[in-house]
Amino acid sequence: MNRAFVPVVMTIFALSVAVATAATGVDPDKLARGKYLVTVAGCNDCHTPWKLGPSGPEPDMTRMLSGHPQDMTLPQPPKPEGPWIVAAAATNTAWSGPWGVSYTANLTPDSETGLGKWTQRNFTETIRTGRHMGRGRPILPPMPIPMYKNFTDEDLEAIFTYLGTIPAVNNRVPEPLPPATPVAAN
Amino acid sequence: MIRGLIVTLLCMLGDAQGTPLPARLGETGLADRDVVAFEPQFPLWSDGAGKHRWIKLPSGSAVDARQTDAWEFPPGTKLWKEFGFDRPIETRMIERLPDGSWRFATYVWNAAGTEAELAPAEGLRGLSVASAPNGRYAIPSRADCLACHDGPAVPVLGFSAVQLAPKLPDLARRGMVKNLPPPLVAAPPRIAPALGYLHGNCGHCHNEAGAVAGIDLIFAHRAADSAASAQRTVQSLFGRDSRFRAPGVASVHRENVVLQRMSSTNPYSRMPPLGVSIVDRDGLALVEQWIRQTAKETSP
Repeated sequence: MNRAFVPVVMTIFALSVAVATAATGVDPDKLARGKYLVTVAGCNDCHTPWKLGPSGPEPDMTRMLSGHPQDMTLPQPPKPEGPWIVAAAATNTAWSGPWGVSYTANLTPDSETGLGKWTQRNFTETIRTGRHMGRGRPILPPMPIPMYKNFTDEDLEAIFTYLGTIPAVNNRVPEPLPPATPVAAN
Repeated sequence: MIRGLIVTLLCMLGDAQGTPLPARLGETGLADRDVVAFEPQFPLWSDGAGKHRWIKLPSGSAVDARQTDAWEFPPGTKLWKEFGFDRPIETRMIERLPDGSWRFATYVWNAAGTEAELAPAEGLRGLSVASAPNGRYAIPSRADCLACHDGPAVPVLGFSAVQLAPKLPDLARRGMVKNLPPPLVAAPPRIAPALGYLHGNCGHCHNEAGAVAGIDLIFAHRAADSAASAQRTVQSLFGRDSRFRAPGVASVHRENVVLQRMSSTNPYSRMPPLGVSIVDRDGLALVEQWIRQTAKETSP
């Protein structure tokens, strides 16, 4: 990708956030807090596909937080050996381990494939319980639920508010794959 | 002085509501004489576990059925549900506290079946139970309890107008349930078995007002307007695209996804997502037959 393109994209994004903030009346402090938390909590580490840039691997911010790319087909993960039980795709969006294979979710506000139809309650309960929408399947590693469940309600509101303002990306992430051995009812 | 009295009363109230859960099932009141056994007509599938259920209402009180599908249980109400495979394994309890809130607990039976002790709030994964499927059993966490019981208007799932419809006249006569609409007592609704199955196994999450209402898939049935309720389920299910489809698949109808997910052994996509590791073949056949039949009737 053209090096000049990234700053242009980021500038357009920053302007769109400013416009969205003005249009929706979202508390700018909450939005800034959400952006800060998303940044330092490392959400882009796994939910933004990584690419090989001029200085090495870097998140592809043109697909910011859109999760595992739907058009990326992967071979079977390598068999675990010795203490090496986890493998990750080069994008950092697909992970294999004792739980099976997990693909990072699309956190953009796309209504069909992202969080567009989610409510604050859905988001908060997902992080608090480690279950999809607080009710469904378990959220799988490497999502650090044991740590993130300690976010305050205010922090989770700020994060969800910010996620609602980022560019929507239509990207249908595959469902996770089970481990080779059955998992008991939970 | 008045302020001090109020503070004292509030502290007393706090103590009453903060009473720790009994350490043993035997201390919860399950053996009391006024405990009543009951059985819902559309039970939840739990890998084939055998179940027994009981309710205890505070002396002289009754369940208020003024809202037909959101019964009001008096504070002090307790309900228990025992799960077992050849022997009791756990007994879950729901209790309504004086402030109207609810608390949830589960008690794990010893192998001899002589006593059950309070399980940790985090639950117990992979409990070794020889008679359970695959020899393993999972005790739910308190959060898991809420995953199902926090979904509908009232967290009691098995003691309701839909679940006890054939027994409404008897409940009214015995005074356990008051303010039931007379037409409902005179002619309780007859609910199609497949719709009842979907209600009992899916409706606590898939309803019109719960946390996942945004999915707009209605499996909760209502006794107040049974025929219209059935129609709502049909409309929310048939001929509509599901968002749960593989990348690259252009379209898949919801009714097909329901069958796929009910029959899946993938722990990350099967439905219901909790408490199930074995497909309910009879339940699946029932729903599948109803879906095929309804699809024929509703197709243009």
